[in-house]
Amino acid sequence: MTLAVFFGCAFIAFGPSFALFVFTIAREPLRVIILIAGAFFWLLSLLLSSLVWFIAIKASNSQDPSLQRGLLIFGVFFSVLLQEVFRFAYYRLLRKANEGLAAISDDDSSAISVRQMAYVAGLGFGIMSGAFSMINVLSDSLGPGTVGIFGDSQYYFITAALMTLALTLLHTFWGVVFFEGCEKSRWWVIAAVVSLHLLVAGLSLLNPLYEGSLPPVYVITLLMGVWAFFSSGGSLHSLSALCTRKT
Amino acid sequence: MTDLISINCVKLLISALFYTCVLCSSVEQKIYVVLNETVPCVRLLNATHQIGCQSSISGDTGVLHVLETESDLDWILSSGPHPPYMVIMETAFFNRSVMMRMKNSSRVAGVAVIISKTGLADNFSPHTTCPNQNTGVYSESYGSDLANCNGTVWNPLGNGLSYEDFSFPVFALKDENQTQVLRKCYEDHNQRVNGSAPQYPLCAMQLFSHMHAVTDTVTCMRRTDLQNRFSINPEVLCDPLSDFNVWTSTRPLNNSAKGHAADESVVIAATRLDGRSFFWEQAPAAEGTVSGIVTLLATIQALYPVTQEAPPPRNIFFSFFQGEAFDYIGSSKMVYDMEKNDFVIDMNNVHSMLEIGQVGLRSGRSLWMHSDPVSRQNKSVDTEVSEEEGKLSLFSHALSRSPSFTLSLSLSQPLPPSSFQRFLRARRIPGLVLADHNTSFTNRYYESMYDDAENLNVTYPPGLTPDEQLVYETDAAKSLAEVATLVARSLYLQAGGEEKNLNNITADPKIVSHMTSTNTHTHTLTLTLSLSLSLSPSLSLSLSHTHRHMTSSHTPPVTRFVQYILANLTGTVTNLTESQCQNPSELSTENKDLFSYFWVSGPASVNGTREPFCVRASVRLSKAVSPAFELLEYGSRNYSTWTESRWKSIRARIFLVASRELEVMQPALVELTETKQKNISAKTEIMFIK
Repeated sequence: MTLAVFFGCAFIAFGPSFALFVFTIAREPLRVIILIAGAFFWLLSLLLSSLVWFIAIKASNSQDPSLQRGLLIFGVFFSVLLQEVFRFAYYRLLRKANEGLAAISDDDSSAISVRQMAYVAGLGFGIMSGAFSMINVLSDSLGPGTVGIFGDSQYYFITAALMTLALTLLHTFWGVVFFEGCEKSRWWVIAAVVSLHLLVAGLSLLNPLYEGSLPPVYVITLLMGVWAFFSSGGSLHSLSALCTRKT
Repeated sequence: MTDLISINCVKLLISALFYTCVLCSSVEQKIYVVLNETVPCVRLLNATHQIGCQSSISGDTGVLHVLETESDLDWILSSGPHPPYMVIMETAFFNRSVMMRMKNSSRVAGVAVIISKTGLADNFSPHTTCPNQNTGVYSESYGSDLANCNGTVWNPLGNGLSYEDFSFPVFALKDENQTQVLRKCYEDHNQRVNGSAPQYPLCAMQLFSHMHAVTDTVTCMRRTDLQNRFSINPEVLCDPLSDFNVWTSTRPLNNSAKGHAADESVVIAATRLDGRSFFWEQAPAAEGTVSGIVTLLATIQALYPVTQEAPPPRNIFFSFFQGEAFDYIGSSKMVYDMEKNDFVIDMNNVHSMLEIGQVGLRSGRSLWMHSDPVSRQNKSVDTEVSEEEGKLSLFSHALSRSPSFTLSLSLSQPLPPSSFQRFLRARRIPGLVLADHNTSFTNRYYESMYDDAENLNVTYPPGLTPDEQLVYETDAAKSLAEVATLVARSLYLQAGGEEKNLNNITADPKIVSHMTSTNTHTHTLTLTLSLSLSLSPSLSLSLSHTHRHMTSSHTPPVTRFVQYILANLTGTVTNLTESQCQNPSELSTENKDLFSYFWVSGPASVNGTREPFCVRASVRLSKAVSPAFELLEYGSRNYSTWTESRWKSIRARIFLVASRELEVMQPALVELTETKQKNISAKTEIMFIK
């Protein structure tokens, strides 16, 4: 019966992002490349921040639990900041690439717009972040046991999957908003994205108080979704057009 | 085409990601509690059957339930709502009727038996009622009215559990702390509240003890042979039970001259060296085996100096047979070698035999001599045996320090299960078996885990330190020493020695105490040496518990232990150097054919240093593997065909299991998220401006 847990959690966590990939990205090789490069940039940021955290852990007293907790919090926030730095670095890289693509194309315009690149880059960040959050949890969910013998909540797997889903979507929306902010040089947008990311990371530290972490994160996801929709050119008019035209 | 390739790339990436995090175990540590000390029951096979226990290849999982009362038994077998169950069985319920009901039920995933003295029944023997009935001397053609225990049932309390085949794993819980962990998990999650069923999540246990061999030895050896012949990496499925017999003699025998030894008439004094129980490598066998070993060692200690000063005409050959519990592996191999002229002596050299059986529980101070009535129908054999009995009886009176020590003759009864039976199968030689029982065993825990020091009544007065306990002469030690003195004197007479030397032959109870001192906290029988003999590099001999189970791998400690004690008791110290000790054939004064040489590290001196030296003794090991495996007759009826299965991993762990509803609910959530996806993605061009 634990295969059910495995597949359920895997599809909850990765279903939407997989569907997004299949329907919007898979047909265009350029988007695939940008996606994978984005995932790689996220991976780099994780590597560097985990190096810092690891050195801090090894240099500290491993017997002191409050110190370890403090180091964990520091590690989380440092990692968030580093991810955003790498998001900015990826933005700069993509801008440069965009110019290069425009130069080599036939009609002197780039095959892909910055907004599309923003979405794809955000999704790349999200998929990689989700993978790293979820893979080891999934592999342990295959066994016959569930979490709880030491007093942890038995809803561990499903809340991990839901959190991963939220984070994937959030990264996608942040990517869109962030790149838009960089394009229009609206630095308050970037600050908002960074602070929201810090907020979500801080909320996740409230676990296992799942009531305190999951609903707020989903509210933020919804709000970010709306913001990303409007910031990438959508409007209420186009939404109504969507609903009337059923084709 | 390109999108197919990109999809494949992503799939490859994801599957690679799956494998990267295999070692991230922090979630695993939240889920499982691994039990460290596992004592399994393993599978053994013989020519026709398989016995023991087996789990499925990925372990057997079941919801924990503690079996303490009859209502628990009903819950497990019929009324409980969460089958299959993993039963934690209290000691009182580990008997044949309960285990057979579990065996026939499909609701039992496995059993973990609590091994303790509380609730232990008055008797418990998982062995059969008639041990080794098919490989003894009594058969249709020899003493048919005595065969198959028609004359005397030797082990009437035996329930035969060790010889049943269970399709679920059975483990033993010996560690009290671990049992406490299991009980706590059960009480926290699985306890019934006012008769209603417990709620999920429930505490469950998974036992792994998958055995590779099935059906019987013939099948298993055939498959192993196929593997060895055709596979690049052959997988052995089972191993024949094998180990070594230990033997020594008062006059050294030339080990390289096999076959009949000229001018040698030998009196054999024998005992067994092994025991068994339901579980693997657990065999205290205090009354069953240790009493015999200690008695024979004390006999050797008493007899040896006199045989060197005033040697009797006949040689005395002491032998410790390994594997007797499994159809007489050691003794059948020695007899086989003797008949094939592949041993230092052969059957023509054997004059008579005296075997020491179970001699520890002499209630009423009486010892019994058993002989074979069928061979005594032959007049010459009968007179020889009567002479032997006479010699033994002489000394029961001589030992009248305790006047109630009586030696009695067991009339018109077959021989109890003993190595002597295998010698009789080859040749009708006169012989006796000494035992503390007349008709059936006095050992109520024969071949079980409870046959320990407490069963032998080894008790110390309170307040003694362990060192003092080592030298304190317990009643059990004194009793065994008396038997040893009796045996030593009668052996000397049997070998033709003179009566005037007999008073010098006395077994020292202190040595016997040394050899049977118990650790009262754990009630295990410890055999410790007064000297610490250790053979470089690493084998040291302070054993903390006895492993007298015959294994199919390396030499277990007891064989080595007896070998070194014998070397200590009968050997002489030489002044050879270490390299000379390891290659003595280079020296003309030393003879590798007559003696074996041991480099020992010596006793620890005051400041902790040891001065090693070389000991020369006529102690030898001889291989004890059933002749069936040499003859490649895996289905043999004459010889032991026991093999032990191999396995990959034996472990146990506990965790919580969630309800089916919770698990099934999760994929349902997926449906909700997926349905909206496709609709929206098809309309992106409407929603967004490119």
